Order: sequence, then C-alpha cells, then structure tokens
Amino acid sequence: MNRPVSRLFSFVAIGLVAVVGMATYWLWRSPDLEARQGNPSLVVRQLVIERGLIRAADGTVLARNRKEKLGGQTVYVRRYPPGGVLAQTVGYSTVSRSRAGLERSMNDFLTGSNSNLSTVIQRITDKVKGLTQKGNSLVLTVDMKAQREAESLLSQVCGAAVALEPATGRVLVMASSPTFDQNLVENDFDEILSQQGPCKPAAPLLNRASAGLFIPGSTFKVITAAAAIDSGQFTPESEFDDKGFCIVYGKKVFNFADQDGPEVFGPVTLAQALEHSINAIFCDIGKELGPKLVLDYAKRFGFYEKPPLETPSDERAASGLYRNGTLFDPEDPNDVDPGRLAFGQERLLATPLQMAMVAAGVANGGSVMSPFVIDRILKPDGSILTKTAPDQFSQAISPTTAADLTAMMQLVVESGTGTAAQIPGIPVAGKTGTAETGRVGANDAWFIGFAPADDPQVAVAVALSDQAATGGAVAAPIARAIMETLLQEVT
Amino acid sequence: MSLRNRELVNLLFVGVITGIGFASVYMARQTTVSGASLSYAALFLGLYLLAHLITRVALPSADPYLLPLAALLTGIGLTEIYRIDPDLALRQGIWIVVGLALYAVLALVVRDYRRLDSVKYILGVTAIILLLLPALPFIGQTINGATLWVKIGPITFQPGEIAKVFLVIFLAGYLRDNREMLSGGPGRMPSLKHFGPLLLIWGGAMLVLFVSNDLGGGLLFFSVFLAMLYIATGRWAYVAIGLVLFAIGAYGLYHVVPHVQDRVEIWLHPWNDPYGSGYQLVQSIYAISGGGLFGTGLGQGVLIASSGSPYIPFLQTDFIFSAISQELGLAGAAAVILLYVLFVYRGFKIATLADDGFSKLLAAGLTATLGLQAFIILGGVTGLIPLTGITLPFVSYGGSSIVANFLLLGLLLAVSNRVNARTLNR
Repeated sequence: MNRPVSRLFSFVAIGLVAVVGMATYWLWRSPDLEARQGNPSLVVRQLVIERGLIRAADGTVLARNRKEKLGGQTVYVRRYPPGGVLAQTVGYSTVSRSRAGLERSMNDFLTGSNSNLSTVIQRITDKVKGLTQKGNSLVLTVDMKAQREAESLLSQVCGAAVALEPATGRVLVMASSPTFDQNLVENDFDEILSQQGPCKPAAPLLNRASAGLFIPGSTFKVITAAAAIDSGQFTPESEFDDKGFCIVYGKKVFNFADQDGPEVFGPVTLAQALEHSINAIFCDIGKELGPKLVLDYAKRFGFYEKPPLETPSDERAASGLYRNGTLFDPEDPNDVDPGRLAFGQERLLATPLQMAMVAAGVANGGSVMSPFVIDRILKPDGSILTKTAPDQFSQAISPTTAADLTAMMQLVVESGTGTAAQIPGIPVAGKTGTAETGRVGANDAWFIGFAPADDPQVAVAVALSDQAATGGAVAAPIARAIMETLLQEVT
Repeated sequence: MSLRNRELVNLLFVGVITGIGFASVYMARQTTVSGASLSYAALFLGLYLLAHLITRVALPSADPYLLPLAALLTGIGLTEIYRIDPDLALRQGIWIVVGLALYAVLALVVRDYRRLDSVKYILGVTAIILLLLPALPFIGQTINGATLWVKIGPITFQPGEIAKVFLVIFLAGYLRDNREMLSGGPGRMPSLKHFGPLLLIWGGAMLVLFVSNDLGGGLLFFSVFLAMLYIATGRWAYVAIGLVLFAIGAYGLYHVVPHVQDRVEIWLHPWNDPYGSGYQLVQSIYAISGGGLFGTGLGQGVLIASSGSPYIPFLQTDFIFSAISQELGLAGAAAVILLYVLFVYRGFKIATLADDGFSKLLAAGLTATLGLQAFIILGGVTGLIPLTGITLPFVSYGGSSIVANFLLLGLLLAVSNRVNARTLNR
C-alpha cells in the first residue's frame, strides 16, 4: 500500500510545481500584459518609475516628469513643456488613456525595462536599495527651429510636412496639423476630441506625416519618370506630342485645366513634361511602361510597406493603391488604369513620409536611407546606451537616373510649376502635385523636393488636404521656408 | 533534538516571520492601520505556543513539522488578509482561535482516533446532512450562484468544509473493510451489499454538490475518492475507470450546465471578455504577472481600487494567492507552494509509516484532500486548470475552512503520534 502513496505524492507535487510553472509563465508574459488596458497594477507601477526625458536635437525638453505625492507614494506624472510641438510623434504616456507615439513604442527604454542582463541587475539592486527606477532618455533628430516653423506654417490647414537628411535618413521635421496639447490627454481628453480644425474630422491625434494618406497626384510623376529613365525605355530628351489629353479605355483624360480649358503643349521632351506636369504625356508613358513596372519602382522607394521609423507601427501607414480601404497590390495588370496611375491618381494614396523618402532617394543618388527620429538613447547617468547608425533602405534607381531626375526637378522649380519654392542663391529641385479628390475645391496639394540640388542637405515633402489652390501655390512656399530654415541651421 | 523541541524552534521562526510580515504591512500602510494591531503577531505566536504545549502533552510523538507548516500558512494568510482589510484579519484571528481550540479538544479528548472507524457510517450520513444544510430555507444562503453557506445569526458557515473531513474518515473506514473484495481479480463484480453504502454516501455527496453548483467541491471529492481507492487497492484500473467516468461526466456537464461551459470558455480564452465573464481570471493573472520576481512588497501591491473594493472579487478567499503573488512575487508564491509540498510530503510520510489500513487510508486521504484542494484553487487562479471556487487551505479567509483544516491537521497529527510512538517503542 506504500507505493500508491508515494505515487500519489509525486502526482500532487507535480501538480503544485506546475502551478509555479504557470505563475512563471505569466511573469514572462508581463511585458505584454502590462501594455493592456484594464491592468491596474502595472499602470500604477509605471507611475512610480521616473521615465526618461525626450529631447529634441538641440536639447529642448519635449517630455519630462513632475513629481507628485499620491497616497504616501511618490509618483511621476508626465508633462510636455512645449505641448503640441511634435505632439503626434512624441505621443503621450498617461494612466487613463495609455500611451501613444514614441512614448508607447519606446516605453521599455523610457522606463528602463529594456531587458538585458545589466539593466535587470541594475533594477534589482535599485529595488533592494529602495531607489526609484529610472528610465533612459531619448534624444531625437528633430530640428526644433524648423519644426516650430513648419507647425506654424501648417497651423491654418490640415496637412503634414516631413524633412529628411538625404544622406542619412535623419528626420529633421515631422509636423502634422492640426496638433493637440499632450498635457490635456490625461484629464481633458474630451477637449481634444471636440477640437475643431480646418478640415473634418480634425483628428488631431492622427500623425498625418506618417499615417495620413493623401492622393500623391503629380508628385508621383517623379516615380513614373524614374521608372521610364531607369528602365532604359526613355531619356529626359525623349520627345512627345501633347494633344492635351490621352485616351484610356476609350475615354479622353485631359490635362490640368486653366480658365481657357485644358492646356495643350504640343511637341515636348520628357523633361519638359515633368517641368509643366503634363498629365497626357505621363498617361501615355504609363501605358507604355505598364502598371507593374511603375509599381515596382514605387516599391523600390518603399511603397507597399510601412516606412521604417521608431514610432508604433500602427501609427504609420503603407503607401500604394488602395481598394475598399485596404492596400491592394494588383496581380492582374488589367485591374489598374496605367495612364491615371502614371500621374498619381487612379486609387493611389501616399504618406508625406513616403514621398519625403522619394525626394531624399533622388537627392542621395538613388539610395534611399531608412528614416529615423531617435538619434541616441542615453542611460540615466547620461552615457550613451545606443546611437542610431544610418541604414540604407534600398538603391531605388541608378545614380545616373537620379542625376537626370535632379536636373528635371530643378527645371520644375526654375521655370515650371514649382517656382514658389525658389531660394535665392541656392538651386532647388522639386515637384508639385495637385490631386483631385472628387470634391470640388478640396484638392490634396503637394510639394516634394530637396536643396541644394547640387549638394542635397535636406529633402522635404509637404501635403495639404482640402485645398482650392495648387500644390505649387500653397505647398511649395511652406516647403521652401522649411528648407531655407534647415539650410541656415546647417551652415 | 526531540520532536517537540524541533517543533518549538520551528514555531518560533514562524512567529518571527509573521511578526516581520505584520510590521511591513503596518509600515507600508501607516495611514490605514493602527499601531496597536502589531500585537496581533504576538498574540498569534502565543496561540501556537499554546497549541504546541497541548501537542507536547497529548501527542508527544507527533510529526514536528506539520503544526509549524500550518502556522506559517495561516500566518501568511492572516498577514495578507490584514493588508486587504484589518477588520477581516481580526475575524480570521478569532476563527484561528476556534480552530486551535477544536484541535486541542481533538488532541486531549478524542485521544484514540481509531474509534472514529466505528462511527464511520454516522459520519458519512452527517456529511450528507451537512452538505444539504445550505439548501434548507431560512438558514441556507446562495452566494455567487453556489448554495454553500449557512447563516445562523451573525455567523456564516460553509458546512461542506467540515463534511469533506467526515467523508474522508468514512472512506478510510469503508475502503479498509472492503479492500479485499475491491482488489480481487478481474471479472468479480463486487456485490451491491458491499457497494451500497459507498454508492449511497459518496454518490449522495456528489449529487448534492452537483445540485448546489459547487464545482470546486465536486472536483475535490471526486479526486480524493479516486486517490483513496487507488491507495486501498493499488489498482490503476480504478483510477482509469474513474478518469473515464470523470471525462464522460465532465463532457455531459459541459453540454448540460451552461455554468461549466462558461468556466471552460473563460479558462481557454480569458481575454475574450476581459471586463465581463473573464474579469476575475484576467485580473488574477495581472496581479500574478505584476508581482515580478520578488513582488511589490507587502502592503504595496495594487490590489484595492480607490473605491475601497478589491480589483479582484473574492480576493481574500479564493484569490488570496493572486494577492500574495503580487506582493511577494514569484519567489513568495513558490515559497507558499513549497509549504504545501512539504505539508503533503509529511502527510504521506505518515501514511507510509502507518501499519494498519485505517490509519494509512485516513492519513493519505486527509493529506490528499489538502494537497488536491490547494492544487484545484492554485491551478484555477493561475489559469492552469478551469477555475472552480474553493478556499486555499489555511490561507484563505473563512471560518469553516480554517476550522475544517485544523480538524484535518489534528487527525493527521493523531495518526502520526500513534505511528511514531509504536516505531520508537519498538
């Protein structure tokens, strides 16, 4: 009768040890569980951690902590001194509404919970000593002067501006309008929700720079031209005859119309077609190249995937053709109208960040760099934990194609649709876009470009929604101001 | 060192640990706990020293570890209950006094537990009556869908807890009597004359538990029965048949009783409805995962909402382990579980040393009851098995549970005393 007893003991003991295993499993899952709404323990525990600061490139504090006493315990409440500046990218960290932006995606670093052996040991010794757990600080790549300028220029419109350093991918400006004061999120969230803006819905929480989808319109002609030249099928000198329209599926698609009706240019080169943004020519080129080749080149620049960035992936959107609200990569070329695709209509949608990558890629000899907004992460003692190394995203086009495109885009600013982007003494390359949304007087207005064209230091994309005027009229001046400010900062 | 001195030293350690526990709760929550309450710890130690003295007189050869293990478990439970609600801790303290008094009576008056064998049928029938009490009008109480409580005046009592000890005594006596018949060769059908009492009492108990919606109790009684049957006969076949019956029964219940279906659904997908049906388990998991390796520290966990009610309903009873996990961490949780493993080890050790069938079955049955009960609720609150409400022995808040477990402890020590005395005298 004793063997059954010892077997029974083993059985009960194994069951009890399995409970320890289960508890260990939940402990292992705790980083995931802590992010869940409705977890009271970890929300409050996060509050007693002194989160790391978030600073701009010049040291301006974008997020800090305020010490408060709560039930005999010291808690740290997050404050955002320049509330509203770079708000969607920095995001917020609150008890009532969880986290967003870098505050969310970088939470492990900001709370010092990023796991490697030394931080774990540090945490345990801190705990034993009764020290407050301190997080790591972030230093961003953003240039505060240009950022503030971009935000004030955008303040009356709905839209976004992104500026990148072409050679590295550093994000210099990332502005989204309308913006919101992160300090209101914790207790006055309704105030943000009821915020009125120049467009409806105002959606101030949306990071229009990385998740706002605009119709790229004529800015997409840069990609069509890149495909045309890089594939060897055309050169900037290739000649065309513009009749003012092109025919797709038996229907006439007309050029952009002024007071006198659709413009008609007659014999032009590819370079002139880009300079004057002639839809009919690009429509014919698109039909010639086919939609697959054009979309392949778009993918080389990053379309059809979420652009790399440190912000949460659900706060970034992929650019490309959309059907019924979802990204759509046609397998059958007949599903796409190649003519309208070529000048950026069809069902194309793109984020300002994506189009800034296009401009930066052309500026950087065809090499697209992965954008990044965190320059370095500092440990609580101020030493460097990690520093971001520039990383090539793709070689989208050859350097010679890039040079051809640069020359063509310079013509756009010198004498074409983008003259409002001219900076005295500095050659600027660019492309305008005015996309029809189907609503009269509510176009998506664009400008993408870079400067100086002979030695690019900065590439920008500006996109505005609900515009009656053209991209050359409203977006180009904003892009020019941002580039000018950034170039002054560089020199 | 003699057995009793060993027990004394262990108890002193337990007193120190409990004192430290109370002190840390007091320090962490100065605003809500009065300083005088620290004397609780001293009182607590005094009580156990009294129990120790009684053991010294009445059960001098009893196992020296079980009483300190029970003391430490009640100490940890009392500390955590004190942290959740000092008023409840006072009441729990009173129940510990009652439990220890019952233990003293058992040790001093009953003396020879083997006489219980002769009243096993009375105990078995009493167990059924106890289980039926909550269904009676006026005194019966239904809480959270289960009809398990009896309320007389200000005292709420769960008679099922006591019934479980009575049923184990009955099973020990009955199985000893019918061992030969049950462990006979295959093909020999046990006669109804032999099986009648078992079917009547044990089957009746299962039926009552089923009707009163006590899934935890039902699971416990069933598994304890299987365990004792296995020990009595040494035959896997019974366990296998039992498990098959259990599977069929569980399958049937699953399809007939929506309550069971819900429990299984919650267990498989707790996050399907984290604010509704899955709330308890999800909050329990949050509490456990939030404790980290060493916990937030006593009194510093996030257990009570600003409204004053705990985030996890039934925190002080069924979910006390979740609270302990959060404040003492994985280390503390594993330590509590280790205490149960040690308790079960000592209990089964007594069973292996016992040389008569009744003592052996009694010790093993009581030990299995405690161990399986701990497993059912610990597995439930951690999501290892579907959650069925039952108390955590010695730790959970609850008078009947405390009293019943001291009864269990007393019987176990009585068996141990007899077994050890015989071995030592030999």
